[in-house]
Amino acid sequence: MGCRRLRALAPLLILIALLVALPHAGGLFHAWFPELSHPLYWRTSFVELTLAHAALVGIATLIAVIVGLALGILATREAGRSLLPTVRAVAVIGQTFPPVAVLAIAVPLLGFGAAPTLLALSLYGVLPVLGQTVAGLDQVPASALHAADGMGYGRWRRLWEVELPLAAGPIMAGVRLSAIVSVGTATIGSAVGAATLGAPIVEGLVGNNTAYVVQGALLVGALALSVDGLLGLAEKRIRRHPL
Amino acid sequence: MGDASRENGTGPVAPRERRRAQSALLQQRLPVVVLCVIGLVAGLALPFLNIAPNRLLSGHASGGQQGVFALLWLVAAAAGGWRGGAVAAVLLALVLPLIAAVDATLLLHHKPPTTRIQLGAGFWVMWLAAALLLLDRLRHVRAGWRAVAWAVVVVSLVVGGWQGVFDDLALVREWQAQRGAFTDALASHVTLSLITLGVALTIGAPLGYLAWRARRAGGTLLSVLAFLQTIPSLALFALLIGPFAWLAREWPALAALGFGGTGAAPAVFALVLYALLPVVRYTVTGLDAVPADTREAARGLGMTRGQLLLRVQLPLGWPVLLAGLRIVAVQTIGLAAVAALIGAGGLGRFVFLGIGQGATDMVLLGTLAIIGLALAADLLFQAMMAATGRRA
Repeated sequence: MGCRRLRALAPLLILIALLVALPHAGGLFHAWFPELSHPLYWRTSFVELTLAHAALVGIATLIAVIVGLALGILATREAGRSLLPTVRAVAVIGQTFPPVAVLAIAVPLLGFGAAPTLLALSLYGVLPVLGQTVAGLDQVPASALHAADGMGYGRWRRLWEVELPLAAGPIMAGVRLSAIVSVGTATIGSAVGAATLGAPIVEGLVGNNTAYVVQGALLVGALALSVDGLLGLAEKRIRRHPL
Repeated sequence: MGDASRENGTGPVAPRERRRAQSALLQQRLPVVVLCVIGLVAGLALPFLNIAPNRLLSGHASGGQQGVFALLWLVAAAAGGWRGGAVAAVLLALVLPLIAAVDATLLLHHKPPTTRIQLGAGFWVMWLAAALLLLDRLRHVRAGWRAVAWAVVVVSLVVGGWQGVFDDLALVREWQAQRGAFTDALASHVTLSLITLGVALTIGAPLGYLAWRARRAGGTLLSVLAFLQTIPSLALFALLIGPFAWLAREWPALAALGFGGTGAAPAVFALVLYALLPVVRYTVTGLDAVPADTREAARGLGMTRGQLLLRVQLPLGWPVLLAGLRIVAVQTIGLAAVAALIGAGGLGRFVFLGIGQGATDMVLLGTLAIIGLALAADLLFQAMMAATGRRA
């Protein structure tokens, strides 16, 4: 148990260690890439980029959770049942759209910068949450619903105290997937001008500076694994002890 | 029973039943109402077309047909309730591009030749709403008719495009201007994806078989692959540049084959790494799908392990493996777009070059082609799954 938690948190510790150590690693990168005049990314601090990246992913995931949960709940209520096939079709077809495509479509609408990235992340992030919410609520056993009805629960109380807790595991899995895809897409977002950890990678690729690429890739890899580890812990906890 | 209640129940039963029937009818129409409201709002509030002075500058909205769209969606909402709903949706999906084309021709009159008429957000949202309406209205229709309806939409649009109906739209102009480069990009995107799929299947299926035989090692393998899947694509592509450049330097023979830090080699390598998780996982699931009794019966008949695999496990587990390949194909087509950033070519080149130049139509052309490829791959695998399902 303790070992598993440590393994889930290890990427976060590595990320923090990288953030502390990288600014002082100029000598190391100079020795590794002697041909580069600036072996350390200097335009923005790594801490700043990491925070901006995490904030973008956090806000997008929050929007995705709110919208995805609301739509998923609506489509599984008695009044909205007939919307379920359409909602499901949107979630399934939408996921065949590549994240890059969603990002590229957002640019003409909102211009360059963080705004199109946020729109793309939120739109695309809704799909896994929505899909998993519908799946989770659908698999709540009818006996649990009947029991709640028999105890005189109202519609909202049944949803809040019976259905959502029983569906929390699958929903959390959707949130986790949504957040991880967002970390990856936000990286590409630096190609459309968002200040994320993708910036050193893209700048390094354009300017033939492999040191920048390595620094950005290390940090963003550690960030993705940290998010995965943390949300994985949350998912396991929720599956084991429903709220 | 209905007759009985009508005969002796003049009391409160009949109105309640009627109300229930009414609410059921209303419920059936809910998707139609929601989609038509979305379409109506998009038609009234979002720009249908944008007029740009040339392909690099952003345009301003052109308005004036709000009344037409309002009428169209009201007709669609009215028609959506009865059996003609699907026909109305098909017509809508065809009329919207037609209006855009006619409008573009009118707008281009007396304008400099560099002027571009771009499809705006209003067009795209309305067209998506029409497509979803068609999807919903076809739900209770036989599969054959469903295919016919979609074929009518796609074939009409393609034939119309062939005949030059849409030639005044910026998207078509961009395609005409870059036809050669576009065909090359499409071909290299398909090639990248096919090679990845082939290599991933060749490596992943045996790995999956081994993982199924040796459970514990298989669990470790799957968690390593899941770990790789978590790493953002751009980071993995970028990290491979160093090792591949080194390999090409150490073995010039590899470099002569086009092997290098950038280009197709590291791209395919990364794409295969991403593809391995679904292939291995679905292979294991497919092998699990064969009941132990069946396996034992086959062994009892004297089959060797190889015969068991080829004659029993492969035919029975094939549909599950196909489901995995469907996921891999869609995922690979999307990720291959990112590979353009490390010089692997493909449709992603159109997207990122277009973003760099600010050429909206170029971005859109690349993006639509990627989405089209992904949807086509998805449909192809669905059809294959349906075919194997019917035979089994």
